[in-house]
Parts: sequence; structure tokens; C-alpha cells
Amino acid sequence: MARRITFMKAINEGLDMAMEKDERVILLGEDLAGGAGVEHLEEENEDAWGGVFGVTKGLMPKYGRERVIDTPISEMGYMGASVGAAATGLRPVPELMFNDFLGFCLDTLLAQGSKMRYMFGGKAKIPMTVRTCHGAGASAAAQHSGSYYGILASIPGIKVVVPSNPYDAKGLLISAIEDDNIVVFSEDKTLYGIKDEVPEDYYKVEIGKAKIKREGTDLTIVTIGKMLYVALEVADRLAKDGIEVEVIDLVTVAPWDQKTIIDSVKKTGRLIIIDEANPHNNTATDIASVVGDQAFDYLDGPIKKICAPNTPVPFATNLEQLYLPNADRVLETAAELIDDLKK
Amino acid sequence: MEKLSKERAEWIYKKMNDIRNFEDEVHQIFSTGSIPGFVHLYAGEEAIATGVCAHLTDDDYITSTHRGHGHCIAKGCDLNKMMAEIYGKETGLCKGKGGSMHIADIDKGMLGANGMVGGGFPIAIGAALRNKYLKTSDVAVCFFGDGAANEGTFHESINMASIWKLPVVFVNENNAFGEATPQKYASGSKKIADRASAYGIPGETVDGKDLAAIYEAAGKAIERARKGEGPTLIECVTYRNYGHFEGDEQKYKAQKGAEKELAERDNITEFRKYAIFKKLLTAKKADQLEKKSAEDVENAIKFAEESPIPKPESLYEDVFVD
Ligand SMILES: Cc1ncc(C[n+]2csc(CCOP(=O)(O)OP(=O)(O)O)c2C)c(N)n1
Ligand SMILES: [Mg+2]
Repeated sequence: MARRITFMKAINEGLDMAMEKDERVILLGEDLAGGAGVEHLEEENEDAWGGVFGVTKGLMPKYGRERVIDTPISEMGYMGASVGAAATGLRPVPELMFNDFLGFCLDTLLAQGSKMRYMFGGKAKIPMTVRTCHGAGASAAAQHSGSYYGILASIPGIKVVVPSNPYDAKGLLISAIEDDNIVVFSEDKTLYGIKDEVPEDYYKVEIGKAKIKREGTDLTIVTIGKMLYVALEVADRLAKDGIEVEVIDLVTVAPWDQKTIIDSVKKTGRLIIIDEANPHNNTATDIASVVGDQAFDYLDGPIKKICAPNTPVPFATNLEQLYLPNADRVLETAAELIDDLKK
Repeated sequence: MEKLSKERAEWIYKKMNDIRNFEDEVHQIFSTGSIPGFVHLYAGEEAIATGVCAHLTDDDYITSTHRGHGHCIAKGCDLNKMMAEIYGKETGLCKGKGGSMHIADIDKGMLGANGMVGGGFPIAIGAALRNKYLKTSDVAVCFFGDGAANEGTFHESINMASIWKLPVVFVNENNAFGEATPQKYASGSKKIADRASAYGIPGETVDGKDLAAIYEAAGKAIERARKGEGPTLIECVTYRNYGHFEGDEQKYKAQKGAEKELAERDNITEFRKYAIFKKLLTAKKADQLEKKSAEDVENAIKFAEESPIPKPESLYEDVFVD
């Protein structure tokens, strides 16, 4: 049997192999190693942290501080420096520790990096991969728990991927680093510990391609990131009533895979989208609008979105659990859609 | 500037102990799993929050950091409600919706702990702008870490405070590290106070473990701000007793040398000795305050533990003003 490693280790391995393969790949961020200039750590060539969650552990000792660059707490500075270095030939992989810090560096992505190629008449390319993390469920409170991949996905010139499992995480990260565009790679911080089979070799998972995780004929559920597991639970429970759910992991939020989803909806006639982002102007809304436009004649009912409420993420554990989309909520909605099917 | 009086010294000693007891208890409780999330403890830096806030009233504002419990306590936040907030209870200062990193009490002039490093600078100068606009003599104090000084907000805010002569004091808590990264590595200027001159304001470095030194420097700066003479930057050289957050292995801390010596200094016992020597405190009074403080913190834990969790509908409340 293939080896099983964690989501976190899969990302670490993806970074490691990309760095091994291409010397132009450098990492920048806060405490990617930690302990810069600390004598006893430098002597042992050891990192103090290896990232706040330990994702980049071991990379500084292997590749040195020239390639694993601990930055001051200056997100605007190092994200912008990544754009500049990418425009001039490197392949930087900056880490924004939490996606909630986006405000501290947004200009570099919104007005600089994403627009350069277009504004310069196709004469620039910005091959950089922004690693960040999102997601509620870790009691990290309002400023460390949001899901903002949709905000970045709304910017032309930026691709966004959200892996749901270790296999995709490694393959997508390698694809992102090889991609000549800005790719945001958003990790769900509550998935770092999950384990799955991950090949040891260098492999890619295609950006822009959704994955059908379970085939079904009665209802399509499209998910982003961790929401996959909510949908799989729903599918299991509905299967007991003889209802076959098709579960699609979106994988790439921008540009998202219209064909796979529309084909599925043509088959099932029903669509639920689960997106942990706040409910308005998010990816789920975009999918709903495109499917409504392209597959209207095939729909047997309204397209339903299950999202976080229109609130920041609350701290109290009970409220945070209520904030997150869960299987019961999806089942209630599914029941409305498939009522006629059961009759 | 008001000289350190007996009454102030007692207030300070009690608050220093409140902070220490509070943090030591939170450290303990966190390890049992009763407190969720990220907790950054202030233990070891008590002299700064108390020495500065001793000059403030409820009408003055402060902005704080992710390491905010000490600032909250020194600014007069209720211990029970603070502890309840950290537990995520309905009776918390923020109804359990903010947690450790977002404790706030606007009525006390406490504009919030802050999860965003560098988030406090512009808010503090905004409060100072308000104070100036309304022609009050109130001030704003912005507490910030050595790491935060490398955010753009530091530079933009201090410059604006300078050109508009805003009544604000920037109090830097240089505890040698931002997370696991040494200040020595992350900052091009050796001293953070040196940066003040670039923006045309006074800057001073003080011993952050020395309550009297902080009390004096803050007193002067706050008086200057109240008189409309503009902002000051005070760098307090200190060290935190615990890790960056609970669960940090702290492999980056030095095991010998000057850093270790600083780590071993306890600002509370130093102040106790100083205050007794200066006849501001008697040993008996100090013992009483210590005992009272321990009781208060114990009661806060009891209050938090016995409090109910927030009602589900509160999830949707307070997004907008109704
Ligand atoms: C904008 C932003 N960047 C990064 C972080 C992650 N972070 C939290 S605390 C911290 C270190 C802060 O160091 P310092 O300002 O010295 O304060 P200290 O923790 O030492 O009190 C970092 C990098 C954050 N919360 N917000
Ligand atoms: Mg610090």
C-alpha cells in the first residue's frame, strides 16, 4: 500500500520537491524557519518553528536561509518583493500566515501583480504562488478564521486553488509553482492533520479541473476545500434512502471548472453548493449564477447555496460550530429539493 | 508630572499582581484544554502596562495587541468578564464572541486587543485625532511589539501623528522577539526608539523591567501630549516569561548571556523592593495586595467557569447597528 502522510507533510513535500527541481523557487514569510540569527540554532542549522503550524519545517536546514527567507512582519513588503522578484525571473512562494492578513498586502496582488501582464501588453509574467490558510473551526476567532479565497478569485489575473486532501495538496502545489501566473494556494488550517495516500514522486494535479468524488444521478453537491467532507457525509446518509448524490470537489476556485459542474447538473437536475465563505459575492454565488444561466432548462428546482452566515467568525466554540456549514443543514436543504423525487 | 505616590504605588502593585496571577492561571488552565484557541501571555511585561496606565483615566484611550491581557487589566477591564471572555462565555466582556485576542471595553477607553500585528497604530492616532478635534486633554496610548514596528502602519501613523501633533504616545514593548524571530534580525535600526527622530518626534529607550523608569518616561510623554506638544515614542526593553503563544517550545530563547539575565529578572519583585525602599509600600501592605490579587483572579476563574455559553442567536447579532 502506498504511504500515508498528513496534509501538512504533503505540502511540505511539494515545496521541497519544487525547490529541489528549480533553484529559482524561493520561500518568503514570517517564521518559515524562525530563529534567524539565534546563535545556538544557527550552529545546529535548526529551525525554531518551521512555520506557525510547522508546514515549512526542515526546508531552511536543507536549502539555507537564502532560499527560505524569514521576513520581518511586513506583509506588504515581502508580498510586493515577491511580485518584483517574479517579474524579474524568480519563482517566489510567499506565505501569508493567515488569509485574514490580506489587508496588509492586498495592493501588491490587487493593483500590481495581477495586472502587470495585461497592463504591459503581455510583456510580463508573474510566476508566484501565494500560500495562505483559511477556515473556521480552530477557535482562532474573528481575525484568524475567515475564508477569503473568493475575494482573491474575483481578481482577473489570479488563479486560486483550495485542496481538500493530501494528494491534491502536493500535486496542486507543484502545479501552482510551475504555473507562470499568480496562484493562490489556500490551505484549510483544520485539515493539516488529516492523512491520506500520497505518492513519493513529483506529480501534478491539474489547476482548473474539478474532481467528481462520488457519482450520483439525483443531486449534485459542489464543495470547496473541507466542505467536501460535509457533502460526503450527506451523500452517505441520503444513500440509505436510495438517493444518489454526485459530489464534486471544486479544487480550483478560479478559474473554476464550468464543464464538469454543468454536465453533472444536466444529469441530476439539482444543485447544492457548499462554500465556507460568507454568503454574498462568494464563489458559490458565482457558480449558481453561471449554472442558472447555462443549465436552466435542466434544473428541477432552485440552486441552493450553503455558506457561512453573513457574520465574522465568532470565538465561542458553540457559536463557531453553528457558523460552519454542516451535514444537517445540507440535509434539510436537500430534503426540500428531493421531496418530489421520493414521492 | 505627578510623582509616584503611595496610592499610585499600591494601585500599580495590585495591578501587576493581577496581571501575573491572571496569566499564570490562564497558562495552567490552557494546558488542561478548558480554554480554546490562541492565547498570548503578558507575564513578565507587567511594568509596562501598569507604569503607563497609571497616568491614564477612563477618558483616555489605549490600543493593544494580540498580547493584550495586561493592557486590559491595567486599563481597568473587569477581571471576571475578561476571564469569561477567554473561556468564550456569554458573560464575557465581548459576549464570548471575541476571545483572548479581541478583549475590548470602550467605556474604559480600551479599544481592543488586536489580532492584527500593527493594527493598533492607525486606530490610536484616530482616537488622538478625535481628542484633538474635540479640544479635550485626553490622550491615546498605542502599545505595540518590536515586531509590529516593521509594519507599514507604524511608519504611516507615527508620521501623521507627528505632522498633526496628535496627543498620542507610542509605547513599544521590545521583548526581543516577534514570534520566533529576534528583533535584532528583523530591525535595521538597533533601537526602535531611534526611529522616532526620522519622523521628528522624541524617542527614548527605557528599561522595561523597571517600573519607576517606565512610570517616569510615560508620565512625561503623556503630559506633553496632553499639553498639545505632540507624540512621543517610548521603547521599553523587556522579555516575556512564556512562549509566543501557549504551546510554543521556545527553542529560540538564549540559555546564557545578557538575554538570559534579562529573562531572569522579575519586574514585580523588583518593584516590590523598590517601593518598600522608597516607603511607598510596606511589606505588610504588599502581602495584603498579593493575597487580594490571588483571590480576585480565583474568583474570576470561578465566575468564568460557572457562566453560561452564548445563546445560539447571538451568532447573528451585532454585525450592524440595528
Ligand atoms: C498582520 C499580521 N501579521 C502577522 C501576524 C502573526 N503574528 C502574530 S503575533 C506576531 C509577532 C508579533 O511580535 P511583536 O510585535 O514583537 O509582539 P510580541 O508577540 O512579541 O508581544 C506575528 C508575526 C498577525 N497576527 N498579524
Ligand atoms: Mg516582540
